[in-house]
Amino acid sequence: MIGTIFLQSKNFIDAAYIVAFGMLIYGMTGLTGPRTAVRGNKIAAVGMAIAVIATLLRKGEFHGSSTVWLIILGVAIGTAIGVPAARNVKMTAMPQMVALFNGVGGGAVALIAWVEYRHAFGGGYPLRSEIFELFGAIVGSISFWGSNIAFGKLQEIIPGRPIKLPGRSQTVLNIGLFVIAVASAVIIASGTHSQALFILGILVVAAILGNAVVLPIGGADMPVVISLLNAFTGLSAAATGVALSNTVMIVAGMIVGASGTILTNLMAKAMNRSVPAIVAGGFGGAVAAPAGGGETGGTVRSTSAADVAIQLAYARQVVVAPGYGMAVAQAQHAVRELEKALEAKGVTVKYAIHPVAGRMPGHMNVLLAEADVPYDLLKEMDEINPEFPRTDVVLVIGANDVTNPAAKNEPGSPIYGMPILEVDQASAVIVLKRSMASGFAGIDNPLFYDPKTSMLFGDAKASVSEVTAEVQAL
Amino acid sequence: MDSLVIDIAVLVLAGFVGYTVISKVPNTLHTPLMSGTNAIHGIVVLGGLLLMSQSSGVLEKILLVIAVAFGTINVIGGFLVTDRMLEMFKAKDPPKSDETAAEETPES
Repeated sequence: MIGTIFLQSKNFIDAAYIVAFGMLIYGMTGLTGPRTAVRGNKIAAVGMAIAVIATLLRKGEFHGSSTVWLIILGVAIGTAIGVPAARNVKMTAMPQMVALFNGVGGGAVALIAWVEYRHAFGGGYPLRSEIFELFGAIVGSISFWGSNIAFGKLQEIIPGRPIKLPGRSQTVLNIGLFVIAVASAVIIASGTHSQALFILGILVVAAILGNAVVLPIGGADMPVVISLLNAFTGLSAAATGVALSNTVMIVAGMIVGASGTILTNLMAKAMNRSVPAIVAGGFGGAVAAPAGGGETGGTVRSTSAADVAIQLAYARQVVVAPGYGMAVAQAQHAVRELEKALEAKGVTVKYAIHPVAGRMPGHMNVLLAEADVPYDLLKEMDEINPEFPRTDVVLVIGANDVTNPAAKNEPGSPIYGMPILEVDQASAVIVLKRSMASGFAGIDNPLFYDPKTSMLFGDAKASVSEVTAEVQAL
Repeated sequence: MDSLVIDIAVLVLAGFVGYTVISKVPNTLHTPLMSGTNAIHGIVVLGGLLLMSQSSGVLEKILLVIAVAFGTINVIGGFLVTDRMLEMFKAKDPPKSDETAAEETPES
């Protein structure tokens, strides 16, 4: 560390903070296109590094002999966990990873709020900063626990189906917990009592609330939840920034808050559901297929790889509709091989990407990009839906709910109204699936009983490779 | 002007800037966007660094070390993961290299 007075002056550090948040914002603008995105992310990372260095330069930062070592210890632990996790995570497990990183961020906010509060307890701390700090404590704690539950559900440590108290009692419990948390905050802020225990009370109540809110939410809604919690953590970081009067924290936190809010709304819209309804929970799995409506079609037609190959090779246009099943089977590379084999036979191949296919918005795009599928073959839902009537074969790979025609035809269905990929408009549909189990939402899919649908059972990767070999042999 | 007023002004303006910038991100890049912004809220690590020098007592120090560790996981993990994802969206001509993300090493 260069210990000159200039570098430690408040003006220099404030200037460094301004450069830092400028770079964070500029980096994010890079994310608007795939070409500039890598650079944008790096610029944001450098901005973050500048903010950290500037903070460490502050006068009095290393007051006290142990401080240096404690900071190094914290950073070392964080690096030792964060780097291998980030390097080794599979692209398919990305949603869990994001949930986990989001959770630790929220946890950090809550812990910082706790320590800040202990300082404030001695008195002489302005009430209005305290309000922001308490907001950080509540929201950060909710975010930490909620994200951990979301991680557990996605990693399938906890069952994906909604876990909730019967009837209305869940809602009553959640509202009650929220009221207790806010009341404790008000008691602390009014500052007339010995409040040492109230901050712990807030953290504990918010922790229970985080669990109680996310546990009843079905797996299909998890992407929305993660995005919402991401916004929460951002807002709580911004609140901590106000309490500490630190501009770069405010700006960074608000950017995340804004982005999380936008994404949450976009996803909720793509699923035709409101955010409050999702948070109220209970969707996905709890609802039995209404009156067995989906089963009326009766039998399912199963087919073989050789037949599929013939169907595909003699088509003019094939559309691939991937879903989470493709991710689980790691089949994206095999799918790309099949695409190449079909293109060699003169077949036009496109990919239909539903906004909430997979477990995260844009999840399929990431996987297919990993397999080198050209960016312009990936078609968004609104773009591809008018093309289905002109499509000879749709290959549904591990997707279920996002192709379920019940969303259009059965007003009783829990997913009624959700925009879907209208694959049933195509001349023929081939569904690759492991078994007849229902999707993450736990709803039966009438598409499977449609006479023009045939099913190819088995592991998606193995099936696709087999079909590719048959196509090449033709 | 009161510093709290300035802080809140910054808060509001940053919200609008964030909204404007993020609205332009296409669907395709939403997963990297989520993980990129996720890394950015790791900025809370600054709070841990700021408070560390003022902390007293074992409990506070333990809490802050955990907070700094959490924040570091959030920042470093988030940026690395985002970089890995975005590398895949780049033009495919050169052979893929995952090793370009080394600049976000921690400083002490």
